[in-house]
Amino acid sequence: MPLLEVEDLRVAYGKIEAVKGISFSVEAGQVVTLIGTNGAGKTTTLRTLSGLLKPLAGKITFDGEVINDMGAHKIVAKGLAHSPEGRRIFPRLTIAENLQLGAFLRKDASGIQRDIERAYTLFPILGERRGQAAGTLSGGEQQMLAMGRALMSQPKLLMLDEPSMGLSPIMMQRIMETITELKAQGTTILLVEQNAQAALSLADHGHVMEIGTIALSGTGQELMHDESVRKAYLGED
Amino acid sequence: MNDLPQQLASGLILGAMYGLIAIGYTMVYGIVQLINFAHGEIVMFGAFGGLTAWLLLPQGTALTLALPLMLVMAVGVSVLVGIGAERFAYRPLRNAPRLAPLITAIGLSIMLQQLIWSFYPDAKKARSFPQFSGESVQLLGANVQRGELFLLIAAPICMIALGFFVAKTRTGRAMQATSQDPDTAKLMGINTDRIIVTAFAIGAAFGGVAAIAYGLKYGQIDFKIGFILGLKAFTAAVLGGIGNIYGAMVGGVVLGLAESLATAYIEHIPGMELFGGGAWKNVWAFVLLILVLLVRPQGLLGERVADRA
Ligand SMILES: Nc1ncnc2c1ncn2[C@@H]1O[C@H](COP(=O)(O)OP(=O)(O)OP(=O)(O)O)[C@@H](O)[C@H]1O
Ligand SMILES: [Mg+2]
Repeated sequence: MPLLEVEDLRVAYGKIEAVKGISFSVEAGQVVTLIGTNGAGKTTTLRTLSGLLKPLAGKITFDGEVINDMGAHKIVAKGLAHSPEGRRIFPRLTIAENLQLGAFLRKDASGIQRDIERAYTLFPILGERRGQAAGTLSGGEQQMLAMGRALMSQPKLLMLDEPSMGLSPIMMQRIMETITELKAQGTTILLVEQNAQAALSLADHGHVMEIGTIALSGTGQELMHDESVRKAYLGED
Repeated sequence: MNDLPQQLASGLILGAMYGLIAIGYTMVYGIVQLINFAHGEIVMFGAFGGLTAWLLLPQGTALTLALPLMLVMAVGVSVLVGIGAERFAYRPLRNAPRLAPLITAIGLSIMLQQLIWSFYPDAKKARSFPQFSGESVQLLGANVQRGELFLLIAAPICMIALGFFVAKTRTGRAMQATSQDPDTAKLMGINTDRIIVTAFAIGAAFGGVAAIAYGLKYGQIDFKIGFILGLKAFTAAVLGGIGNIYGAMVGGVVLGLAESLATAYIEHIPGMELFGGGAWKNVWAFVLLILVLLVRPQGLLGERVADRA
């Protein structure tokens, strides 16, 4: 049984349907990516999976339980972490406090401390500036903090929404390397990206979203070599 | 000007009371961007709760002994009304246009006033509140009534406790997160509904303390006291920077001092003879508010709205 199974999911903002019946699944240990143009419905999908939006129809099963109607804070408790689009760190809290909030539901103080140290090892800049307000970090550093914070809940599935958005090429590469590293450690990841090249090259499976539907699915390699994908998303003609 | 220490003391006492009530506006606004205009009536209910406790005690009980019980009742009643308002009046409107909760708040205010007017014994007129007997106390050259001492002790304790709670406890941290970005707070596993209730409860509890302070200071309470108290405390919250808990206290004290000093001294300014005395104090309070907002729209300690995600 897959860790996450999405069946015929539909989500609407008022009368406008942003996700029009998509199905896909994520197996434990996999990296699955959703790519697609602006407004395709990727963020809407992730926000529905984490409980911030309620589905219009369809079924979301996570770790053996249907989570359609579960509150967002309960879904986190079940092991689904979401690093949202635009990073959304808490700007007036310190870096350390942001990381501690990522572990809000955990009770093991020493384990939390160990994982904070691990985040500092993964992203040394966070450790150097741990006492500073998170709002003072650069965009790339904020992205590191957002990922570190999401990992603090020890998730079974980590959802990342456009972690490379707005970053310099070097920073983007740094973030992608981190995702590769997390994958190597066995972290299950659902990755939403506009940078299709990078996302597909490290994904086991990929789905191409177009205006609320999944237009094409395949392994990362298949999609990377698919002609229509190359034309639309990899900037070739 | 030789009564300056006295005027400062009066202003400070009044300001501490405004500040305690202002916490209620600012906590709730900080979390849900809602002005709970029924907060004045929550304070008023607290005052009647405190009075009820006094009336239930055997006649002749010393006020010093009765005070803890009155305080518990006042805080308890205020908190119940505050939580009830959140649960039944505001929560159903969480995603409604902003005007809806505002109108609801006004309706709730009227309803709460009418409940006391209709059902509390003899509450169609003012009811007297127990008073400390004995001489006033000399403090730094000012006379402070015994009833006012309560406020001078309670307000700092409440503020320090709140500051500690918000900065150091797990729930306080969750409160800060919810105020900065509620959706992301949910993604951390924070039950934001519970945080909102907590904000209402804390604000109401402070209102209950202020209610006892009001009764002890003025010696009588009625069903209308929430209106002007609420308006002044709301002014204090905006003055200090709404959403900022220290701003609420600073705004309260600045407002209290301004009222007290304006009442005492404005009439001595040449040409201003007509505008002195107590009758004009509310006017000066709002003039101050307008002046501050012209220069600093975010209030004195202002929340930095720009980095709200
Ligand atoms: N809060 C909202 N209210 C109304 N419509 C919305 C809202 N958020 C998104 N939409 C609409 O839903 C559709 C899908 O948006 P979504 O943000 O999910 O796309 P996306 O694939 O994440 O795009 P991007 O790559 O730009 O982040 C878009 O048409 C968008 O305009
Ligand atoms: Mg998006």
